[in-house]
Amino acid sequence: MSGLRILVPVKRVIDYAIKPRINKAQTGVETAGVKHSLNPFDELSIEEAVRLRERKGPIKVEDILALSAGGPKCPDVLRTAMAMGADRAFHIDVPEKGDGGPEPLTIAKMLQAVVKEQNVNLVLLGKQAIDGDQGQTGQMLAGLLGWPQATQASKVDIKDEAGTVEITHEVDGGVETLRAKLPMVITTDLRLNEPRYASLPNIMKAKKKPLEKKTLADFGVEDTRRLKTLKVTEPAPRKGGGKVEDVDGLVAKLKELGAL
Amino acid sequence: MSGTRNITAALRRARVPRPRFAIRTVQSITPLTTRTFSASSTRNSDSRQIKFTSDAYPNLKRNPNFAEISAEDVTHFKELLGSQSAVIDGVTTDATDDIEPFNSDWMRKYRGHTRLVLKPQNAQEVSKVLKYCNERKLAVVPQGGNTGLVGGSVPVFDEIVINTSRMNQIRSFDAASGVLVADAGVILETADQYLAEREHLFPLDLGAKGSCHIGGNVSTNAGGLRLLRYGSLHGSVLGLEAVLPDGTIVDALSTLRKNNTGYDLKQLFIGSEGTIGLVTAVSIQCPPRPKAVNVAYFGLESFEQVQQAYLAAKGQLSEILSAFELMDGRSQKLVIESTGNKHPLEGEYPFYCLVETSGSNAEHDMAKLESFLESVMGDGIVADGVLAQDETQFQALWRWREGITESLSHLGGTYKYDVSIPLADLYLLVEDCKARLTEKGLVGDDDSFPVRAVVGYGHMGDSNLHLNVAVRQYSKEVEKAIEPWVYEWIQKRQGSISAEHGLGVAKREFIGYSQNETMVKLMKQLKNLYDPNGIMNPYKYI
Repeated sequence: MSGLRILVPVKRVIDYAIKPRINKAQTGVETAGVKHSLNPFDELSIEEAVRLRERKGPIKVEDILALSAGGPKCPDVLRTAMAMGADRAFHIDVPEKGDGGPEPLTIAKMLQAVVKEQNVNLVLLGKQAIDGDQGQTGQMLAGLLGWPQATQASKVDIKDEAGTVEITHEVDGGVETLRAKLPMVITTDLRLNEPRYASLPNIMKAKKKPLEKKTLADFGVEDTRRLKTLKVTEPAPRKGGGKVEDVDGLVAKLKELGAL
Repeated sequence: MSGTRNITAALRRARVPRPRFAIRTVQSITPLTTRTFSASSTRNSDSRQIKFTSDAYPNLKRNPNFAEISAEDVTHFKELLGSQSAVIDGVTTDATDDIEPFNSDWMRKYRGHTRLVLKPQNAQEVSKVLKYCNERKLAVVPQGGNTGLVGGSVPVFDEIVINTSRMNQIRSFDAASGVLVADAGVILETADQYLAEREHLFPLDLGAKGSCHIGGNVSTNAGGLRLLRYGSLHGSVLGLEAVLPDGTIVDALSTLRKNNTGYDLKQLFIGSEGTIGLVTAVSIQCPPRPKAVNVAYFGLESFEQVQQAYLAAKGQLSEILSAFELMDGRSQKLVIESTGNKHPLEGEYPFYCLVETSGSNAEHDMAKLESFLESVMGDGIVADGVLAQDETQFQALWRWREGITESLSHLGGTYKYDVSIPLADLYLLVEDCKARLTEKGLVGDDDSFPVRAVVGYGHMGDSNLHLNVAVRQYSKEVEKAIEPWVYEWIQKRQGSISAEHGLGVAKREFIGYSQNETMVKLMKQLKNLYDPNGIMNPYKYI
């Protein structure tokens, strides 16, 4: 195989450390004015792609393409991905309609077209995005392409120039090691690596890396929906415990509740 | 990091004032650190092994004018405060274990002999307690979260501890003016979370926020991480409620921004460390919570460049700059040694800085920050750096600054000096101190040397340096080598020997290095006026 051409699809989501709030209309989560960042699983995918290059394995990494579909702020996470080491980026402009963005199948079809057009031979995706938690895109993409897939990878090892890849992933009661041949689809899990910080020199360099704006139509895909969100609600609040002053208070409370 | 939080949260639930570090030391000493302790110091993790302050400072003598606590006194307090949980009685019962956390500090440096802890619930109860103590000439120590660094909140002899932990109600908050009125015993982080839900911010932030009480913060005029942006408590505290030793309740709980009517007496209680009265409630001006916060972490080659970076930050980030913190290379190495975390930068540098911006518009802030970063990188002021890309990284970067104190406490003892010196000489103190101790053969890598490292870090933006001498065990030899040399060094440069930590027991006798005789005399007059019997936090401050 001549060289690895890696595609890393990434998503801009509400920051992992921020508590999401349901909007008043109960149609989705409040996103305005909320801190957004790169989906943590996608951060792992970018990191792994960069490490594959740094490891100087049997196959040279020729290209790392980061891609994100969404509104006008998507380039922020693409710049982060490029600061971490991606070579270039595609921003697929999808107007924000407050419906949580395109469905996994739409994204998978679009990625299929990108893979063909850009001659990609390895797709590294996060196993899920932490906003929709659907965890389907990687599997659908492998199905559409007819490629082998390895999900929830905790280790990725390229064995030889012929493109043999060994992937370890965690299963109930242990780990499982899979072997497949490129081209393939891999989805990443938390134990795969520890993503680096974006360093200042690399943030500067990332600004000069090419970022192309495209649309779904460029890849012959339409943003159609098969599912309709009826209602989004918060889980029932947990009833908090009460505090008592002292032992007497505790005894009184227990009596009041009929426990004594 | 999460462990820290869990433990603090658990303690908050349990309303135990402070021993979070004590507990943690026992739980999280790694095999590595245990090995570096000698056998005797391992036993030191038992809090009963902390040296009594009265032994460590033999020149402190119990004031014979103070009465001894009797069983009748205890009965009186029990009747006065009603609830059983308000009195921890070590006079008529054996409550050593329960009282120990109130008797010693988290640095394991100070330990008193108190046998009675009182936890009044409001100013009226405090008033009754103090009035009684004043009449009986029983000495008292006001105590909040007991996170102080100079031994101000722990008794020396048998002073009664008056703990504020049961005064923990938030009284009111007005969104229009941003004024929060809360009891003294509200934990700083609790107050800040309450304000966060209302899109405001407590104008003080410091490493001990999960344990410290806002009453204690005010009484010690705590400075913290964002003084650069939000100013000192002398400005943001609008009013307070305090109780004088004779039981008088000083109701100065004004919520007014402007009030030029007479002497501003509330200022007397800010930073007076409970020597004039006990603060029971605070009214404080809170700014709106910034919507966009960014943090960058730099590695720099010299202190010259740190100063240039600070100047550039002030000039280019101006109104969005909310913190500029300095950490030297050795302090960061100790954090690595203690936490095992991976450092954010690849290379090693003698200096690191943490720059935080807070503003209302993420795009505007980012544009400013990026042009600042480009200029400091382009001019070669900063050698390397990272910018937090998400909230998790943001918090992780702050841990490299906030975690220093804690890391040092895991590795052994620390002599801490919190000083204010003109910016240009700020780091020279650390270098001079290291040279002095090295020359005396006290610094080294193995257990035969008492000193592990001499480190410096602090609030660059406030010209406030923390000089820390990390030791394997506290020893007179090291202490003699540092003191009073360090105070003389500071005096020569017209600096302050205590910028934000206060005087307490530790710095009391050194006040003369920063205040002249006339000032000290005036302070003593004030003290005598409000506390003629001297029962409030004796043996400390002045």
